[in-house]
Amino acid sequence: MEYVLWIPLLPLIAFWVNILLGKGVLRGQAHWPSVLAVGGSMVLAVRVLFDVIHGQTMNQDIYTWILSDNFRVSVGFLIDQLTAVMLIVVTTVSFLVHVYSIGYMHGDKGYPRYFAYLSLFTFSMLMLVMSNNFLQLYFGWEAVGLCSYLLIGYWYEKRSASDAGKKAFIVNRFGDFGFGLGVILIFVTFGSLHYMPVFERAPEFISRTVNIYGLEVNLITLIALLLFCGAVGKSAQLPLHVWLPDAMEGPTPVSALIHAATMVTAGVFMVARCSPIYDLSPTAMAVVAVVGGVTALFAATIALVQNDIKRVIAYSTISQLGYMFLACGVGAYSAGIFHLYTHAYFKALLFLCAGSVMHAMAGELDMQKMGGLKRYMPVTYWTMLVASLSISGIPGLAGFFSKDEILFSAYAAGGVGRVVWVLGTLAALLTAFYSFRLIYLTFHGEFRGTEEQRHHLHESPPVMTVPLILLCIGAVGAGWVGIPEILGGKNHFGEFLSPVLRHPHYEVSHAEEWMTMALSVTVAVVGIVVATVFYIKDTSIPVRLARRFPFIYRVLWNKYYVDEFYNLIVVRPTLFVANSIIEGFTDRKVIEGIVNGLPAFVGWLGAQMRKVQNGVLQHYGMIMATGVFVILALLLVKVLGG
Amino acid sequence: MEVGYPVLSVIIFVPIVGGALMTLIPRYMEGLLKVVALVITLATFVLSLPLFTHFDKSTHMMQFVERKEWISQFGIQYYVGVDGISVLLILLSAITGILCVLISWNAIREKVKEFYIAILLIEGAMIGVFASLDFFLFYIFWEAMLIPMYLIIGVWGGPRRVYAAIKFFLYTLIGSVLMLVGIIVLYKKAGTFNVLQMHDLHLPYRVQMWLFWAFLAAFAVKVPMWPVHTWLPDAHTEAPTAGSVILAAILIKMGAYGFLRFMLPILPDATKDMIPLLMGLSVVAIIYGAVVCLAQTDLKRLIAYSSVSHMGFVTLGIFALNQQGLEGGILQMINHGIVTGALFLCVGIVYERTHSRQIADYGGLASVMPVYAGFFMLFTLASIGLPGLNGFIGEFLILLGAFKAKTLAAVLAATGIIIGAAYMLWLYQRVFFNEVNEKIRNLEPMEFKEAITLLILAIFVLWIGVYPNTFLSFMHPSVSHLLEQIQRATPEAAVAVNMTTEPQGIIGLLGSSGGL
Repeated sequence: MEYVLWIPLLPLIAFWVNILLGKGVLRGQAHWPSVLAVGGSMVLAVRVLFDVIHGQTMNQDIYTWILSDNFRVSVGFLIDQLTAVMLIVVTTVSFLVHVYSIGYMHGDKGYPRYFAYLSLFTFSMLMLVMSNNFLQLYFGWEAVGLCSYLLIGYWYEKRSASDAGKKAFIVNRFGDFGFGLGVILIFVTFGSLHYMPVFERAPEFISRTVNIYGLEVNLITLIALLLFCGAVGKSAQLPLHVWLPDAMEGPTPVSALIHAATMVTAGVFMVARCSPIYDLSPTAMAVVAVVGGVTALFAATIALVQNDIKRVIAYSTISQLGYMFLACGVGAYSAGIFHLYTHAYFKALLFLCAGSVMHAMAGELDMQKMGGLKRYMPVTYWTMLVASLSISGIPGLAGFFSKDEILFSAYAAGGVGRVVWVLGTLAALLTAFYSFRLIYLTFHGEFRGTEEQRHHLHESPPVMTVPLILLCIGAVGAGWVGIPEILGGKNHFGEFLSPVLRHPHYEVSHAEEWMTMALSVTVAVVGIVVATVFYIKDTSIPVRLARRFPFIYRVLWNKYYVDEFYNLIVVRPTLFVANSIIEGFTDRKVIEGIVNGLPAFVGWLGAQMRKVQNGVLQHYGMIMATGVFVILALLLVKVLGG
Repeated sequence: MEVGYPVLSVIIFVPIVGGALMTLIPRYMEGLLKVVALVITLATFVLSLPLFTHFDKSTHMMQFVERKEWISQFGIQYYVGVDGISVLLILLSAITGILCVLISWNAIREKVKEFYIAILLIEGAMIGVFASLDFFLFYIFWEAMLIPMYLIIGVWGGPRRVYAAIKFFLYTLIGSVLMLVGIIVLYKKAGTFNVLQMHDLHLPYRVQMWLFWAFLAAFAVKVPMWPVHTWLPDAHTEAPTAGSVILAAILIKMGAYGFLRFMLPILPDATKDMIPLLMGLSVVAIIYGAVVCLAQTDLKRLIAYSSVSHMGFVTLGIFALNQQGLEGGILQMINHGIVTGALFLCVGIVYERTHSRQIADYGGLASVMPVYAGFFMLFTLASIGLPGLNGFIGEFLILLGAFKAKTLAAVLAATGIIIGAAYMLWLYQRVFFNEVNEKIRNLEPMEFKEAITLLILAIFVLWIGVYPNTFLSFMHPSVSHLLEQIQRATPEAAVAVNMTTEPQGIIGLLGSSGGL
């Protein structure tokens, strides 16, 4: 399977071609190297899938990256079932987003730069999912974060865009702080950073504890939680979710690729990849499940009241990522990955549809200024409608199967699982509601924008609509590989992943399985019906509700004031300490004062020197010679004396 | 190792003699002076290449050794050689020389002749510092470097150059005097200036402790460690670009090199006992330096303070006293030289055009100078330790080593990485992003010479990031040997260790072994 090397290599080559030749030579044709490269990677990824289906896996080092005493880590690839799924997700969505971008970014002055970044992102993401060790994972982890930073701030002349990029990077660094320490702790514990030896030896350490200033902590739990810190940052979970909504400043295809389908799911992938570690720590699992469940509900409530079309979808992404963690936390890793895979298609589709709307509305994001677009852009409308049905969990569509499996697994797992099942089911209700609120506000009713905007309304060109249609096929059919048995299907997806991801067996009756499924379908339908009543039948209801409950409305509108809170307790105190205490007082006054002894003496010497310093270099030469002479003389005297 | 010429002597004295011969060129022939300086630095670099290609990576023994009696009545020899600890620093010095000449081409317009002579003298002296195996010879080069450096800051520097130069001179001079005393004491004990013989001295604990403080003063000022760092921001800020680059890339490495070559092997027992202090100071430097960066409004000052933070990582790695920490520390010395040198070059490039170092005078530069912005981004990312670039390899090994030695120190140091990202990306945003500042709308794009200097460094940033083993492989035997030297404690010292009381306070906390 040596050809797998080309999967990340092709986008890397495309990156360098675009960086070196993009501006001068390729210009408007800069999409060619990137699209061809990711297309090639996609074809190879399909080949990998078939090879893996036929039982071929691979774990091979390419070269030794860092070697220092007993520390040795390689660049290498692990190709197994989980990798194969991730490769398909990453390359297909990436390819479609590349194609869509040709239309969306047409005429932008940074066109070659855009495609260079996309290629670099694809390369990094592929390195991340194909890695066979923690350090290369960390490389991919940080590199996708870099691409995210570069692409969020792609329109860097806009203050809000450059702010958002910076925020994304720094917030992620907080998570990576834990992740990095986790990686180091893994090496210190296991003496290796390669997955296989670590996973094989993990059970030996199950009862080992470490003492942190009097507190006995289970070593495996500590490792798992440190790694999870990174996932919380990268996958925008509570409390580090604040960067993702702001990340919507980037071009919309980027939001679809990076901030919905691929990069933000890296945290879920990492937890699933490390399932042999997580499985050993019930505590860490419970934390993962609760963080996921709470985030799923929390983000969904915010999405209820936002008017920015992309931010609604962003909060929806945070919420759906919560579902994936919820699944992993209850031990249903393959359900989590299943949702990762279906979500990639329907969420990328939602974003690209939003991009298509923005394209028609000259960049407008406020849904209150849209309405009635159905007539003007039928392809966008119908594909987005399908995506919304899919995310709401309407039976038959991709989102239904994966979400149902997650909720059922949570219920069946019992314990903490029951709690997060309630959270997840509530979030499902809200999901259906806000998804259809978005549809109705955008596409139904009367157009509420300006006359000029109305004049320009149009469907997007085929280079954009064809990817929408293809993703729509995914949003419908992606779930058919995992149909639950009670519906007469077979969970091929979970079975395929079973060599990597443990498949839990539950002691629950069919009746209970029907019950959870019926409940999740019911809440989806209720959500849609309520949205229809609110935004089609009687549009005064939302306004009246907001007036009736102004406090709740304000809290949700302001996203629970989390940003303001961080500003108050992290950003401003840090800058205050930096400006007034450390730089202004300690460095200027205390240390300068003490260490200089007599700062005035320096000033005086300076004044003396200024007289000498008339630009006559001979003086300096003389001082230099005198200095050397004095030093030598001193030494000789001392030596002779000794 | 069949090189047909004495490599070390040649690369020490080609710049020095070349600089001396340049006095013969009339000062009005500025073009010729520059070309000659460039040829000399290029020749030095080419002549230094056998150190890279012919170095035997399987031994810790000194290589390319040259040994001649010099002042035999005092046992002073002309004794030079390299091992895995010094060889990369010498190569870095040789490259830095070229960059300094190139970057000063248009920047230095006054006293051109003297400037290039000073640069060449510094280059020879700094190679001499890293190659010397005789303490007397080392001291000569150490001091010989100080004076032209002082002149470069004081003559060709910015508005407050005289203050900065004197501060620099006083700080380093006080350190040097204490080191001189230390050298003389060592000479009396050992009866020789031969550094390798001093390594086997097994000094009594009390003597070690006194010498420790003397050498710590000399080297800590050079690094600079907190709290004796305050000369650095002034010197960096006021120095001309070439001066800042030399300071960042080489001069401050001399302090860390001093720890490795002298303090650890000659005074192992005293140093080992003071590890909590040394690691504590390193952690303070990392966090303190990073936090101060958040308050800076001056480009060069910000990068100068970031040096304090990054050198904190170097010393943290060194004092972790294990293979990963030491190798990470040595590699980070090279990395910091490359990256911070490159950042100062970058600042110099725009300073030439705007004559402003104030961050507020920039904004939107990415639209005006896109290629330059790309290079600056690369070095920014290397500085904040992005994996795949050189800074990451060093920082990771250092944190790994520190984690093994004193876990809390590593955890605290890792917070410096968060702040590091904050101040560097904020800097980048203020300079390159947002709307184009009218003051810089019409800046000229980068010149070929400028691009080449950055390209050379960019290649190393990627090379070390992707395949660090090229460079790490030089170090393995020498670092192992150094660790062996440290481990063998003298019996008398062992008793003293037991008698010392537990260190208290935050330092004690950092030092308490056991636990996580």
